Amino acid sequence: MIDFSYTVWILLIPLIMFVVVGLFGNRFKPLVSGIAGTAGLFVIWILSLITAYKYFFVLEKAADGSFQKFLAFNVRWLNLTDTLHIDMGVLLDPISIMMLIVITTVSFMVHVYSIGYMDGEKGFMRFFATLSLFSFSMLGLVVATNIFQMYIFWELVGVSSYLLIGFYYTRDSAVSASKKAFIVTRFADLGFLIGILMLSFATGTFDFLTLTGPNSPAFSSGTGIMFLGLSTMTWSMIFVFMGGAGKSAMFPLHIWLPDAMEGPTPVSALIHAATMVVAGVYLVARLFPIYVFAAPVALDVVMYVGAFSSIFAAVIACTQFDIKRVLAYSTMSQIGLMMFALGVSGYGGHEGLGYMASMFHLFTHAFFKSLLFLGAGAIIHAVHSNVMNEMGGLRKHLPITHITFLIACLAIAGVPPLSGFFSKDEILAAGHERSLMLYWVEMIVSGLTAFYMFRLYFSIFWGKDRHYHHTPHEGSKTMTIPLMLLAIGALLSGLIPFSHFVTTDRLPFAAHLDYGIAIPAVLVGLLGIGIAMVFYRKETDLPDRIYNALGGFSKAAFHKFYIDEVYLFITKKIIFNYISRPVAWFDRHIVDGAMNGISFVTNEAADRIKRFQSGQLQQYALVLVSGVVLLTLLFTYLMTN
Amino acid sequence: MSILTLFIIIPVLTIIGILFSKSHMQVKWVSVVGMGLQLLSAIGLILLYLAERKAGNMAEVLFVQDNLWYETLNIHFYVGVDGVSVAMIGLTALVVFAGIFASWDIVDLPREFFTSLILLASGVFGFFISLDLFTMFLFYELAVIPMYLLIGIWGSGPRHYSAMKLTLMLMGGSAFILLGIIGIYMHSAPNGGPLTFDLIKISKETIPLDIQCFLFPFLFVGFGVLGALFPFHTWSPDGHASAPTAVSMLHAGVLMKLGGYGCYRVAVFLLPAAAHELGWIFLILATIGVIYGAFGAIWQKDLKYINAYSSVSHCALVLFAILMFNQTAMNGAIMQMISHGIMTALFFALIGMIYGRTHTRYINEMGGLMKVMPFLAVAYVIAGLASLGLPGFSGFVAEMTIFIGAFQNVDTFHRVATIIAASSIVVTAVYVLRVVGILLLGKIKNEHFEEIKDAKWHDKISVVTLIFGITLIGMAPLWLSDMITGGLGPIVQKLLAAAPILP
Repeated sequence: MIDFSYTVWILLIPLIMFVVVGLFGNRFKPLVSGIAGTAGLFVIWILSLITAYKYFFVLEKAADGSFQKFLAFNVRWLNLTDTLHIDMGVLLDPISIMMLIVITTVSFMVHVYSIGYMDGEKGFMRFFATLSLFSFSMLGLVVATNIFQMYIFWELVGVSSYLLIGFYYTRDSAVSASKKAFIVTRFADLGFLIGILMLSFATGTFDFLTLTGPNSPAFSSGTGIMFLGLSTMTWSMIFVFMGGAGKSAMFPLHIWLPDAMEGPTPVSALIHAATMVVAGVYLVARLFPIYVFAAPVALDVVMYVGAFSSIFAAVIACTQFDIKRVLAYSTMSQIGLMMFALGVSGYGGHEGLGYMASMFHLFTHAFFKSLLFLGAGAIIHAVHSNVMNEMGGLRKHLPITHITFLIACLAIAGVPPLSGFFSKDEILAAGHERSLMLYWVEMIVSGLTAFYMFRLYFSIFWGKDRHYHHTPHEGSKTMTIPLMLLAIGALLSGLIPFSHFVTTDRLPFAAHLDYGIAIPAVLVGLLGIGIAMVFYRKETDLPDRIYNALGGFSKAAFHKFYIDEVYLFITKKIIFNYISRPVAWFDRHIVDGAMNGISFVTNEAADRIKRFQSGQLQQYALVLVSGVVLLTLLFTYLMTN
Repeated sequence: MSILTLFIIIPVLTIIGILFSKSHMQVKWVSVVGMGLQLLSAIGLILLYLAERKAGNMAEVLFVQDNLWYETLNIHFYVGVDGVSVAMIGLTALVVFAGIFASWDIVDLPREFFTSLILLASGVFGFFISLDLFTMFLFYELAVIPMYLLIGIWGSGPRHYSAMKLTLMLMGGSAFILLGIIGIYMHSAPNGGPLTFDLIKISKETIPLDIQCFLFPFLFVGFGVLGALFPFHTWSPDGHASAPTAVSMLHAGVLMKLGGYGCYRVAVFLLPAAAHELGWIFLILATIGVIYGAFGAIWQKDLKYINAYSSVSHCALVLFAILMFNQTAMNGAIMQMISHGIMTALFFALIGMIYGRTHTRYINEMGGLMKVMPFLAVAYVIAGLASLGLPGFSGFVAEMTIFIGAFQNVDTFHRVATIIAASSIVVTAVYVLRVVGILLLGKIKNEHFEEIKDAKWHDKISVVTLIFGITLIGMAPLWLSDMITGGLGPIVQKLLAAAPILP
């Protein structure tokens, strides 16, 4: 057995970087904090690669030939009840190691890129400190040994995301976007928390090894019907998924993600494309045995929500003009695909194809989507605009960005042999085995994805040549090198035989390309690309004509199906005006009014009584005499009866 | 002499020192030295306590000192601490120490101000160490009375109204408490023998159920008023709004904890059967308080009102947890008291500092303060994040312990209450982020604010001390939680013994 306890440093180094840069960063030049943060990330990137190598290739397998799942490090953090306690530690298994690779790679690239991109920004140091905080929290989330540790880091990634979205804090739109992101995900986290409460009560543990092990208490307890014909375990898994849906921007909790694009673009690449937003997928994957064996209904919910979100977001993405928003909806759509893949999956060997496909797509998506965002950042950096109508013909000015962006677009569109092709093919294959209808839905999503990505690509790099204030030019080396490295990832990461590493039961199985599915998928993708080429390669009025022909539907899609308006109505109108305001009024006027009323009555009563003490003898005598008379009468009356 | 006597002697000596000091500066430094020593002895007490426990001293209360005080009624000066009271003493010392630095800029009558402040503090310390109901009540009154002077003289706004309201409502509460205590005293020896105020002795006896049920509402409401039990919380917004900075800090940070501690230590501990019978009524009130305070805070415009309502919500959670009657939830209740105490003291300190610079507390008149006072603004964000229960700060630990504990009750009533209370974490996020957004972020609205200076050294000491407190507990809660658990044994056993049906 190899000692993996050093992996705790993968967590500690970014934490130390955060504290050091956060507290002392302003004593030095800004660049120092940038380099320090990047160096820290480099170290943990190397550590993660070493860990992955040792885990997959050196460490001996378990008796049945599966990859081991074990705690590399664990310490008690808080005792709750006799059985429940929160630990902090590092859990190693194929998916956590895969996530380590994804996070550290993308984070390192983003750090390097940001040195160039954020150069000269106010708050350069704050930016790098928060990035370190984010890296720490995200890594803590994926290596969590128990569900409560996951929840803790889950909240921490939420706050780092809040701080980074609101990085330009003097901009009102950024402030409200960050607030929105935090509150929406917090609402979802409430669901997560309730799910944890139910799960932990039913099973008496938070521990992932126990919960997802072969004799998990989750399989035997909490199976009784609780509410609406569903078992406790099903409800708890649905609630947990609500948390995942919030972080992963699944419908209807997706509204924060497009607004989150107010943050600096490297942040969007890291947090809102490659790492944090897939936390929900990771959460479901982490608890997958419970979903499959104890809560299949909850898994169906995952499937339907994923499928619906993917097509919903893909439609909206076709109508947006802000390039970052297009990418945001595209992210939502791709995560929907991953959720869908989990939802259709079974357990064990080839049955678990969907699970493998989901993780595979998560892996490849991280590369091409962060590449797309960083490319978008380079474009925005060059032309100082987010809107694609104001761009065109940039291929001459930004050659490196152009090529890398094209590679990413081809990858996401599923053109072989780029990475997206392989992972998407597995997802479609898994979907095909489960539900033919949803398979076709995902096929349409593939076509739409290819269409809107190439709509973006052609509008930016082809189309009409525009006149720019400054001639756009490539950013510094620190910006272009990460683009090139990520492009290599987007090109090649599909060739990894994922089913040999990441499977439901950690036993390798052989997954083959199914030509019956791969060929139609590629054709649909090429069709999408073709349509985009006709529409946007040269400027025509065709897109507008089609947009108008679709009438109300396209308008609704452009307005994101008015989901934001619905939320605003609920929060502003109902909660603020009909709950919060009456509560405030009630408190001031009724509750406090009653208190003031008591004092008023006391005062008045005292005032009345006070008048008896007038000091006038006649009055005293009058009262005295009338009292005597009254008493006499009373007694006489009582005696006679 | 027990180490606990120090907590009474040091304030008395400090007050004497203040009375003899010649200048304002001297007054402040005497207070700093006194309260610094107090903080050191509190830390010392924590370490000593942990060492004793580690050495295997399993006595119910440690560092006991017992002097007969008034023989006829069998009143003792009887002090001793368990894990819970040690934790509360630590909280008090920390908040008072930070409070002294936060009131560095007091100009009017500093001598009288610091004297009242320290008098108040000594009342609180006395309350937490007392094991004799009568002495406890005495210290309780000692803590409440200076509040009237502090708000009435050094306050702002409608300070006479607020001071009067606060004092009258709290006095109403103490009348209830006094009745309850006398009632308990009269039944303190059901098997014959001398009547006693001794808390530990009474806890070993069983008071008849009907008498318990009669006394319990008096005690719970009486202490509950101070713990901001809905609907007896309205003194809190007005009182806080008018009180000077350090008084708000002490009041919300420490004095309100007397209420929660009293409910726990007197009402529930001595009357467990009644607690089981009647607890549901107060549980409903507490649950309402949690949500109601949070919603009330959303609509406020005055920083102090916002924080006062937020305190109502957080303190209601303390009572909520106490009424869950199990070890985990009670542990959470104590941690929530400590966490809220430090956090809210930090809030009020910052509000005072912001007010001192902008001369307004209305959030709509401010904006973009992050640019001009980064230190205070970042501290405010930290306080806000702690308040909305972010992991890494104490609030998270306390709230999660409470929710997990509360959820161990298997019946639907308790679970629904738990879920309702838990949903306050969302509402809290709304009002905290709203304030942060309006107050600190965005553009500067008023050009006068461009001139504002960031925190001075004494502000920084105050703020850093408190932030250190919340992060220490938030990052490494195990020692505190275990220390508190050690003190909860007797009450949990009593509750289990009194329970009609075991949960």
